[in-house]
Amino acid sequence: MKMTIKLMATTCLMLPATLAVADGHMADEMTIVSWGGAYSSSQENAYHIPYSEMTGVTIINDESSAEAVAKLRAMNEAGNVTWDVVDVVASDAIRLCDEGLALEIDFDEQLAPGDDGSTATEDFGDLLVSDCFIPQIVYSTTVGYRVDLVGDTAPTDICAIFDTETYPGMRSLEKRPINNMEWALLCDGVAKGDVYDVMETEEGQEQAFAKLDTIKDSVIWWSAGADTPQLLADGEIIMGSTYNGRLFSLIEEQDQPVAMLWDAQVFDLDGWIIPAGLTPEREARALDYVRFATDTQRLADQSKYIAYGPARASSAPLVAQHATLGIDMAPHMPTDPANATNTFLYNYTWWADYRDDLDAKFQVWLSQ
Amino acid sequence: MTLVLAADGRPLKTSLNRALRRQKLRALMLIAPLLIFILVSFVMPIADMLFRSVENEIVVETLPRTVATLDGWDSESGQAPDEDVFTALYFDLVLAAEYKTHTRLGSRLNYEMTGISSLFRKSGRSVDDFPTNNYTDVIQAADTSYGDPAQWAAWMADDVVRAALPMTANIYDAWAKMIVDTEEDLPIEEVPWDFVYTSLYLEVMEGADPPISLDLSTVAPVTLRDQFYDVDKDWLDPEVWKIIKIYSPEYTNGYFLNSVDRLKGPEGVEVRPDNEQIYITLFIRTMIMSGSIMGMCVLLGYPIAWLLANLPARKANMLMILVLLPFWTSLLVRTSAWKVLLQQQGVINDTLVWYHSTWLGQFLDPIFMGFLNLCYAFVNVITWVWNVLNGIWGGTDGLYMDWAVAGFERLALINNQTGTVIAMTHILLPFMILPLFSVMKTIPISYLRAAKSLGATNWTAFWRVYFPQSIPGIGAGCILVFILSIGYYITPELVGGTKGVFISNRIAYHISSSLNWGLAAALGTILLVIVMGLYWMYDKIVGIDNVKLGG
Repeated sequence: MKMTIKLMATTCLMLPATLAVADGHMADEMTIVSWGGAYSSSQENAYHIPYSEMTGVTIINDESSAEAVAKLRAMNEAGNVTWDVVDVVASDAIRLCDEGLALEIDFDEQLAPGDDGSTATEDFGDLLVSDCFIPQIVYSTTVGYRVDLVGDTAPTDICAIFDTETYPGMRSLEKRPINNMEWALLCDGVAKGDVYDVMETEEGQEQAFAKLDTIKDSVIWWSAGADTPQLLADGEIIMGSTYNGRLFSLIEEQDQPVAMLWDAQVFDLDGWIIPAGLTPEREARALDYVRFATDTQRLADQSKYIAYGPARASSAPLVAQHATLGIDMAPHMPTDPANATNTFLYNYTWWADYRDDLDAKFQVWLSQ
Repeated sequence: MTLVLAADGRPLKTSLNRALRRQKLRALMLIAPLLIFILVSFVMPIADMLFRSVENEIVVETLPRTVATLDGWDSESGQAPDEDVFTALYFDLVLAAEYKTHTRLGSRLNYEMTGISSLFRKSGRSVDDFPTNNYTDVIQAADTSYGDPAQWAAWMADDVVRAALPMTANIYDAWAKMIVDTEEDLPIEEVPWDFVYTSLYLEVMEGADPPISLDLSTVAPVTLRDQFYDVDKDWLDPEVWKIIKIYSPEYTNGYFLNSVDRLKGPEGVEVRPDNEQIYITLFIRTMIMSGSIMGMCVLLGYPIAWLLANLPARKANMLMILVLLPFWTSLLVRTSAWKVLLQQQGVINDTLVWYHSTWLGQFLDPIFMGFLNLCYAFVNVITWVWNVLNGIWGGTDGLYMDWAVAGFERLALINNQTGTVIAMTHILLPFMILPLFSVMKTIPISYLRAAKSLGATNWTAFWRVYFPQSIPGIGAGCILVFILSIGYYITPELVGGTKGVFISNRIAYHISSSLNWGLAAALGTILLVIVMGLYWMYDKIVGIDNVKLGG
């Protein structure tokens, strides 16, 4: 019985599908979900406006990326997915892909090749961390410090965070184990290549928490990306971690006495996913948009509005000047060789396994 | 006794009942739209969400054969299960990987044991590459009928063949369903996949009678246990299998055990290690802090409500607007405003520093310090009670400020419990003032005058005459504020630092970040039960009839 219903349902679903694909019709309206603020407006300028002009499609913006995973799951359960393209960080994309909530992408088939002739797979390279995730930007979590509050010797390496003798005062760190535990181990003498091996063991986790214990009283824990820039601007902290784009706008656009410590910056990715279960018209439209918005030129265009590095290798030479400030953007990219002398790439697969466990331990540690 | 009859000759009682029933039905029809709306949009979603706290069908749905075979495995043996279980796992995992449900199961089990998520993701990817195509090749070479989809379909419709090869029939059915569901092809046109041949091989080797006789004794067998071990050596870890076995029933109390810092072990309930115990602390903290917020609201709201109720109308209206103003401001704006005020370089601390530098400050500081230490003494007592509740006796350094030593220290008013209490009190204050106001409005001020004219002092007149009449308002305000505050999570997240966060912050985390909805539902259910318990207690002590939201 159940089987027959399913068969019937499949046939019914397939019928319009074949028809729609046959005449290549795509939806005239799409909902794109992103983070809001300066980031969304950079996408608006670089992708949405040109795409609308080219195709006449109406783009509706939704600023729900922070809750995207939970909302997509709820929409999927309700059988009514109202989003067409969703901007998420890579770890969320992996989660969505694991849960079967995102569409798997055939990168070479469905994405534009690079301007330099490379295939999409070659162009994105290592950044293709999930079958469902189309990378858009590389951003980094790094440390900014108040030039006027750190004394005569400005910090040059990440361990300044743990050095409360040379740099007394409050610092801010993100309220989650990711990044903080890596930095703690790194500054406790663990070699960069061994960090995750050490962190897999109970003793390694204790070692990281013990290192964090040494600064626990001088840390303000943030959970919103805007927190650290505000705390720095108010002089509430002398240094703190946040996203590099936020620090860029604090330094260049708001002219605050703040400088960046690129050492041990942690690269992370942000990009698009297409929800699973869209109607064929909407799916075709979403794929068409994503193909346009992630080509070499468009990714380079976005860096005119925000200091995040384009995810394609072929876009890097095209990075130009800031749209309103007129300064060269290349030196502000986290991927710029001068900034990227010592970097980490967020270890997605490792954290997908250890996140639940370490988050619980981190919360206990915080409340002790 | 004679029966009283109505005009139509029926007994009056029956007739009356009928009229009343019709009336009740009509009344029910009138409220039906609202009733249905509430049921559909409120009661059912909540019930559905709460049900997730025990629901656990995912394991048995994704790995039905494995779970059935695993019954025979002794979890105390210290050994991973034998080949039978791995064979079942192979069939289940190939199918699950096609349906893409294996990763979902992986994330589910990863809540219980770190590493299972990638174990399933990795295995789902490699399970297609197991060298079971050997079997396929040999069987198809033995007789071409075995490579004919139509012949397979005919066999599998034949009850004799099905009876002879029960496992293969089962696997073939699952394969056929999968082909229809995911590949959108017809099984009658598709050659069965390797795992169907694997099943056929295994049954033939055990002596079953295939439709066309096969001699498979020369085929080199593939040990699936070794294949899985090659993908990830964790498959031979008995702990992984223990978790799968413990969580194989369709319903589990595991989520509830997690939410009270317990663990579902093979022998029963175990206490979690110290570095993973968090929820009970958070529940107690949520209750105590919500209680303090409620208390602060009563203390601050009562005089304001009194003013509102007793000032001349024009002034009262002005004051009312001030009370309502926060309602019209965004929650985030209000919380951020508190940040600006309370932070160490903020308005309040800056003012205190400035005041300290004036001669007045130099003169009054010792007095202020005395007062501060009095407050600290109070905080110390609360901390001590808090620690005792948490089972810690002694060992706390009490707060004490020695001015001569410390000089002026900027106060830590935010990113701790103080910050949460201040900001939440401000946000929830209107919910205390409004019910208090509407109750006080109905208390005639002449009662106070009467009491005084009968010789009562101001205090007696208030305490014996006015206050008892305002209790229904306090009750309503307290219930509102308390229930709202235990569910708040945005404000505590922003101003609570590490020690000022509530259980609702963890619920929000599990709903939106970790996607552990089962645990979130269990935590939510516990919270709901606690609130209902407190409500019941309130009803027993004060009486719910004494709660008034208005006139």
